[in-house]
Amino acid sequence: MPDDALFAAVTDPANRADPYPLYARLRERPVARQRDGSYVVSGHAAIRALIFDPRLSSEDLPPFRRPPTGNPIRDWILNPIRSRIASAHRPLIFRDPPDHDALRAAVMREFTIPRVQALRPRVVREVDALLDACRGRERICLVDDLSYPLPVSVICDLLGVPESDEPQFQTWATQLATALEPDARGDVETRRHTVAAFDAISDYMRGLIREKRRCPTGDMLSGLAAPGPGGRKQMSDFDLIATAILLLVAGHETTVNLITNAMLTLLRHPEELARLRADPERAPRLIEEVLRFEPPVHFRTRKALGAITLAGETIPKGAPIILLFAAGNRDPARFDAPDRFDPDRPDLEHFGFGGGLHYCVGAPLARIEAEIALVALSRRLVAPRLMHDPPPYRPGASLRGPEQLHIGIDGIA
Amino acid sequence: MTSPAEPEALRVVVDLNRCQGYAQCCYAAPEAFSLHGHEILFYDPAPPAERRGAIERAVQACPVRAISLQAGPDDGDAP
Amino acid sequence: MSPEPAGIVVVGASLAGLRGAEALRRGGYDGPLTLVGAEPHRPYDRPPLSKHVLAGALDAGATRLPELTALRARWRLGNTAVALDRAARTVRLADGAVLAYDKLLVATGAEARPWPAATGGGLTGIHTLRGRDDARALRAALVAGPRRVLVVGGGLIGCEATSCLRDLGLPVTLVDPHPTPLANALGTVVGGVIADRLRDAGAVFRPGTQVRAFEGDASGRVVRARLADGSAIEADLVIAALGATRATGWLRGAGLMADPGGLTCDGACRARDADGTPCPDIYAAGDAARWPIPLYGDRLVSVEHWGNAVAQASHAARNMLAGPGDQRPYAHLPAFWSSQFGINIKLVGLTAGADTVAVVQGSLAARRFLAVYGRGGRSIAAVSFDQARWLPAYAEAILTGSPVPPITDATDQPRIARADPGFPPPRRAAPAPSPAETAHA
Repeated sequence: MPDDALFAAVTDPANRADPYPLYARLRERPVARQRDGSYVVSGHAAIRALIFDPRLSSEDLPPFRRPPTGNPIRDWILNPIRSRIASAHRPLIFRDPPDHDALRAAVMREFTIPRVQALRPRVVREVDALLDACRGRERICLVDDLSYPLPVSVICDLLGVPESDEPQFQTWATQLATALEPDARGDVETRRHTVAAFDAISDYMRGLIREKRRCPTGDMLSGLAAPGPGGRKQMSDFDLIATAILLLVAGHETTVNLITNAMLTLLRHPEELARLRADPERAPRLIEEVLRFEPPVHFRTRKALGAITLAGETIPKGAPIILLFAAGNRDPARFDAPDRFDPDRPDLEHFGFGGGLHYCVGAPLARIEAEIALVALSRRLVAPRLMHDPPPYRPGASLRGPEQLHIGIDGIA
Repeated sequence: MTSPAEPEALRVVVDLNRCQGYAQCCYAAPEAFSLHGHEILFYDPAPPAERRGAIERAVQACPVRAISLQAGPDDGDAP
Repeated sequence: MSPEPAGIVVVGASLAGLRGAEALRRGGYDGPLTLVGAEPHRPYDRPPLSKHVLAGALDAGATRLPELTALRARWRLGNTAVALDRAARTVRLADGAVLAYDKLLVATGAEARPWPAATGGGLTGIHTLRGRDDARALRAALVAGPRRVLVVGGGLIGCEATSCLRDLGLPVTLVDPHPTPLANALGTVVGGVIADRLRDAGAVFRPGTQVRAFEGDASGRVVRARLADGSAIEADLVIAALGATRATGWLRGAGLMADPGGLTCDGACRARDADGTPCPDIYAAGDAARWPIPLYGDRLVSVEHWGNAVAQASHAARNMLAGPGDQRPYAHLPAFWSSQFGINIKLVGLTAGADTVAVVQGSLAARRFLAVYGRGGRSIAAVSFDQARWLPAYAEAILTGSPVPPITDATDQPRIARADPGFPPPRRAAPAPSPAETAHA
């Protein structure tokens, strides 16, 4: 395979279970031009340099264009306006400073430490309840039984979204997450689905926010919808809807991978699972190593606002850039024996939550959920074993994780 | 030579050149780490020993690995 | 007196001494290891002293540094090294003990420059701020409720102290010979931002003048300062923040290139003897060392930076354990931080000799910005005020000697204008043949 087609191979579902050999080849040139003119950055040092580089823009999405409907009023008047609004009010992961900073600051004002800490007992209860529900079974699907329902229930609680509405927006969330994959942006059918999901979830959020304004309920959405310091709106309603959707989708689609990838890795390294069972205080370092070794998000895309010279390559102005975090995480120039899972490795500077100004807002929450889930799994699953290795994967190359993870058990303790 | 508080306390230092204000430590161990202004990290270099679990979480959660915690007992004075 | 068994002796038990000793152990050194410290304390961290300790948020004793490796060391604390005998390979201590060494690491750091006795230096109420005991004493004096505090010197320590005093609600005046604080470190363009913040915080700033002398009352307690412009400032507590001199007095007569500006080393952290020949058995690190910095044309520099103490000590330790043919050069990009008036200040590079400054991210007016310093068209340093996130990219540009501005077409970038950074003229008109410079942090 030619070097400038390696990233295309990364996105090929056939390579989903083990993309790491491709990453190793990509890393031979830490900044590598691909056939389509994009640049894949896969070396740790190069990624580290770029996440703090002000020449990188996240406003790299193609214009939000609605596919034609055949209705001229819709196609020529309504939809262009709606598309323009959607383009101007993208969620903060697709925004640059200073807009990004204002939106993120508003979110951080609500994502308070006490609010996040208060979720700990809530997560413990939820994990216990989910595992209790598996009693009497000989196998569980970790994704269906724990990794998916746990973060969904937690994010709903945090935002103040009624969990009873969850079945409604589950498909919207999945559809919107799919839209983040690079190969999913172009084709009309995907766009049609994405737009439909976007409109539906926007309408839902608009209603919910109106409700929160009328009757605040002490949750994050109520806080974001309320006037900020100085009595002014914290953000426009369009931005508020986009932010709410982002938090909800992110809460659905990433933590599930972290928990599933962690358990998959532990089942492949039973000695580490045993050590965790004996000493739950190992959980934090174990999770950080999972974030390096099998991160929930493998890459994010950016655009070069100016020419950037790095690792002997010049990325031209305007070029798309793919920050291949998962490859940087396994860079032998940065980590000894990078393909070994070793929770005791020192100086573990990974990109499991990205880095720079777009570092995952929800990281502290993801860590809490993963820690509590893994400790409970290590203690309560009796004789767990992996039924399929590798497990089937979801289609995404960026948000990469198993579709299902079947674990055989002798019971729930 | 030593204040009475010392034997009980952990010892922590943060490399504030490396620190990028990600504030992950503040979530992991809010009693020991806090962010002031836009990006000034204040931390307790001698948190009580019973907070070791939280401090350890903070050490692990730091995206740039700027936090050091003394792992073992003090170095004895060899004769 | 028979000398104790030889091994490695580290003179200086502060950050550099500690991290150097740890690096020796981590590097596999298994022999005798002795740490000599002038103060009675185990190694402690200095940066909090002028911030949270003064503010009362931390006890001075809480600053003891973590020991990150089992040192298995002999600690000779509260004991000052007074002489070095290179021929005999011994260090003599104040208590008369003689320590033999096979290899020596000089990490004695620096000392606060005291106010001269002839102009009131002996008066009660005049403090310096360098060590843990200084901070404790000053904190006690603040708690006692002074009527007005005078800070002499608008360097980093003087500014941080002033900021703390205002947080405590104490009336404070800062006197500095330059038009703005931090003029030597950052120039007056950037220093002007601190001058504004200082005044906003309610401190009185008296630029462009100097204290000539302090006057005391009958009990020998300071009551006022006489300034060069003829005016007087009533003050019952004074912080003399006049910078530091290198603690190299004990090396006098040892035949090394040592003076109050530092102990001169080669690029591999080895001390040079009077002829300039590197000593194979004597290394130096931290504030005490004066070393040729490759990034700036091997100019001799000495920096009072936390990061340099850590990095240089580790590097020196590495070379101490390596053979004579494997002495690696110390390549380091200087960096420091300071927090004052609610602003996080970070700097990379050395600003000395800068002829240009350009704000490249944010704005001075918003007090959130990143500015790049240039010399002869090349980027040599960058400072951030609450904009640390972009600093690594600019650090990279400094390492590669990019033009000013090094980065264009960037997000959140103002229209870039170059200005004279406003550094005070050097104190001496004629530079010495091999000029050394110091940076204070």
